[in-house]
Amino acid sequence: MRRSLKNTSTRGKKAESGAASSAGPSNPASAAPAAPAHRLSRRGLLGLAGASVAGIGLGVAGDRTALAAGSEEASASAVYPFYGSHQAGIVTPAQDRLHFAAFDVSAGTTRAQLIELLQDWTVAAAAMAAGQDIGEYGAVNGPYDAPPEDTGEAQGLPTAGLTITFGFGPTLFETADGVDRFGIIGRRPADLTPLPHFPGDDLDDGRSDGDLCIQACSNDPQVAVHAIRNLSRIAFGRAALRWSQLGFGRTSSTSTTQSTPRNLFGFKDGTSNIKAEEPGVVTDQVWVAAADGPAWLAGGSYLVARRIRMTIETWDRTILREQEAVFGRTKGAGAPLSGGTEFSEPDFTLAGREDQPLIGAAAHVRLAHPSQNQGMKLLRRGYNFVDGNDDLGRLEAGLFFISFQRSPAQFTAVQLNLARHDALNEYIRHVGSALFAVPAGTAEGSYVGAPLFA
Amino acid sequence: MPRVLRYARLLGVGVLGVSLLSGCVANNQAASHTAITVDSSAADCAISANEAPAGSIRFTVTNSGDQVTEFYLLADDGLRIVGEAENIGPGLSRDLVVQLDAGSYFTACKPGMTGDGVGKAEFTATKTDAAATMDVDLAAQIDTANTSYSSYVSDQIDQLVTGTDSFAAAYESRDDDTARSLYASTRVHWERVETIAESFGDLDPKLDLREADLEEGQNWTGWHAIEKDLWPQDAESGFEAYSAEKRAALTRQLVADTATLQDKVEGLTFTLSQRTNGAIGLLDEVATGKVTGEEETWSHTDLWDFQANVDGAKVLYDGVRPILLKTHAELATSLDTEFASLQTLLDAQRVGDGFKLYTDLTPAEIRALADQVNAVGEPLNGLTAALVL
Repeated sequence: MRRSLKNTSTRGKKAESGAASSAGPSNPASAAPAAPAHRLSRRGLLGLAGASVAGIGLGVAGDRTALAAGSEEASASAVYPFYGSHQAGIVTPAQDRLHFAAFDVSAGTTRAQLIELLQDWTVAAAAMAAGQDIGEYGAVNGPYDAPPEDTGEAQGLPTAGLTITFGFGPTLFETADGVDRFGIIGRRPADLTPLPHFPGDDLDDGRSDGDLCIQACSNDPQVAVHAIRNLSRIAFGRAALRWSQLGFGRTSSTSTTQSTPRNLFGFKDGTSNIKAEEPGVVTDQVWVAAADGPAWLAGGSYLVARRIRMTIETWDRTILREQEAVFGRTKGAGAPLSGGTEFSEPDFTLAGREDQPLIGAAAHVRLAHPSQNQGMKLLRRGYNFVDGNDDLGRLEAGLFFISFQRSPAQFTAVQLNLARHDALNEYIRHVGSALFAVPAGTAEGSYVGAPLFA
Repeated sequence: MPRVLRYARLLGVGVLGVSLLSGCVANNQAASHTAITVDSSAADCAISANEAPAGSIRFTVTNSGDQVTEFYLLADDGLRIVGEAENIGPGLSRDLVVQLDAGSYFTACKPGMTGDGVGKAEFTATKTDAAATMDVDLAAQIDTANTSYSSYVSDQIDQLVTGTDSFAAAYESRDDDTARSLYASTRVHWERVETIAESFGDLDPKLDLREADLEEGQNWTGWHAIEKDLWPQDAESGFEAYSAEKRAALTRQLVADTATLQDKVEGLTFTLSQRTNGAIGLLDEVATGKVTGEEETWSHTDLWDFQANVDGAKVLYDGVRPILLKTHAELATSLDTEFASLQTLLDAQRVGDGFKLYTDLTPAEIRALADQVNAVGEPLNGLTAALVL
């Protein structure tokens, strides 16, 4: 059974309006009005409790209080609105946890059904981002003889800065066989073509591509998983999971309020990432401009995902001298080898012995730097992962790289430079790859990607 | 498998490598070390203490000047370098860990990396019970081992050249059976010294690039390009056997590039740390390419390469083993045991002159090999620290 969530109101809104719970028509047991406190989801309540610290009274819905990330308390109680001019989860200060999912639209799904799915996803995503259960009755307040609408594992958890970001893959517009399933081939962005093969790519189809994607980020792993789980469930019959990825620790910061985390090689990477506090750079490098075309994508972005497997066992046998030479940074402080502190600009000309530059020609920091890539930057938003171990007893570890950029050409230029020359290639392998067009933000009452179908 | 930075590892350590001098060979693994700080400024080299107990000493050198600096620990003649930390960028810190015998030394910094340096000061390592003096023969043994390793490398590359000529002749004349029979047994000579062969960054991709490492439009040459043509059964549908012209061009290039390699390895010398780290590098080649079956995608002769990498690592280890037996007997015992276990596992897969194909191995057999590579790798990690510091 498909459940259209388009017209359901969220529990948070019901609480705001003070409306009585509508009883399940066929089950008196479930009709008992819940105590007022239960009108809000438990997560909503916790969100409010956090918000009250910031001086917001309990009587006001706490679901629009975006608090600055930074403190532990703030990271738990942070709420980022789902609706807005850009989708959340891009310049939002990178949360600690990720659950990313790619979907294929099911055979036989019509254009109208696809739109309906996006509408249902929108309503559910907005509710979850506000710390509410999905559906009319949520996890535990529905008809006693029906499966609950919300899966329930996020009850009692704070919103934890949940963002849910949607994207459209090239195959949504045209299948590999050239079929235009949804009448949108004419709206396909010229840039939305599969990424080229890069040297060293060892891609697994089962971890690559997809018609649709959802990036769920949160400071609580279970909140992120709850989002993907429920959105997958909503999609059953219309779209099915193609692949998904958990990330347990952010590897980049997208705000100057955040410290730079470490990747599984033990290094601070992505120090010079694009930050939300640089609106000019964000406009120039991240958001698709109206003039870039197509019109429906203006204010959106392109998302590149790469599953990068790290052979950490080999890395761990590598001498410190080489480890630092590979990155071009010190392992401790993260300063460029040319000197200074973590945030000092690398000096690629400063030479040491034998007149060789302190930051070598194959150093990662050099090859990834905008000065070596025609000024191009990527907004990186990757996550560390360890998915158990492989058949050889090695940790199945790596970096789930995510970047947002105004054009995929930015990624392709930087990645080609890295794939050709990066000293790091000895220790990594790209095993999954995907590209998605990320539409602009959604206005309340509309649905994500609506301009594409307008 | 092509490896981009092996040459940086090799050359980097070669150019900047820890000099092997009598003062540097450790006699025992000290349980603790003395920590000393050095402030290298524009005009001074301020050291937190000018004496310490003989044994393990760690100098943490901070560059507070605005030029690239170097820190030197010199012998009592004020000239001979006992230890150094180089290429320290402004504002950065670098640790130099040395094992010092009791005696007199000098410390000095060289901001700007030119001139005589600044702040030269006497430093004394005081006698302790724990720090025994080192066997004077050890340095000579190390020199001998260095020389014999250089000979080994030259010999392997000479055999590679000879083998490549025969292989190329068979392949070009369409004697594919002979070419297939020579493929793995010739590559063995490359694989035994792979970390050295790969140290020439331009030659390695020409000779040993896998198809997956190509970028779009790149011309594919070398062993694996020919391998695919000789074993096309796993190739993608539509793969066309190479033309006579293509075969001729590939063999010409292979022979020419191998000859260039022979010229380049002539007269190469190696420091102790290059050799100990070279052994680790060869084990890593096994761990990333051979034990996964990714190196020989078409011929599946990965175990030949596996054995050859292990051979090369074992030669490097055997070169320093007499020294290790005197200084770190337990580590030598552990390495002896683990290398032997690895060889037992490989021997179990021998068929005639060669090995089972990778595709004929069971998952359990592959797993056992992978585990044993790690078992060798871990004590091997300790080799540089044991011998060089």
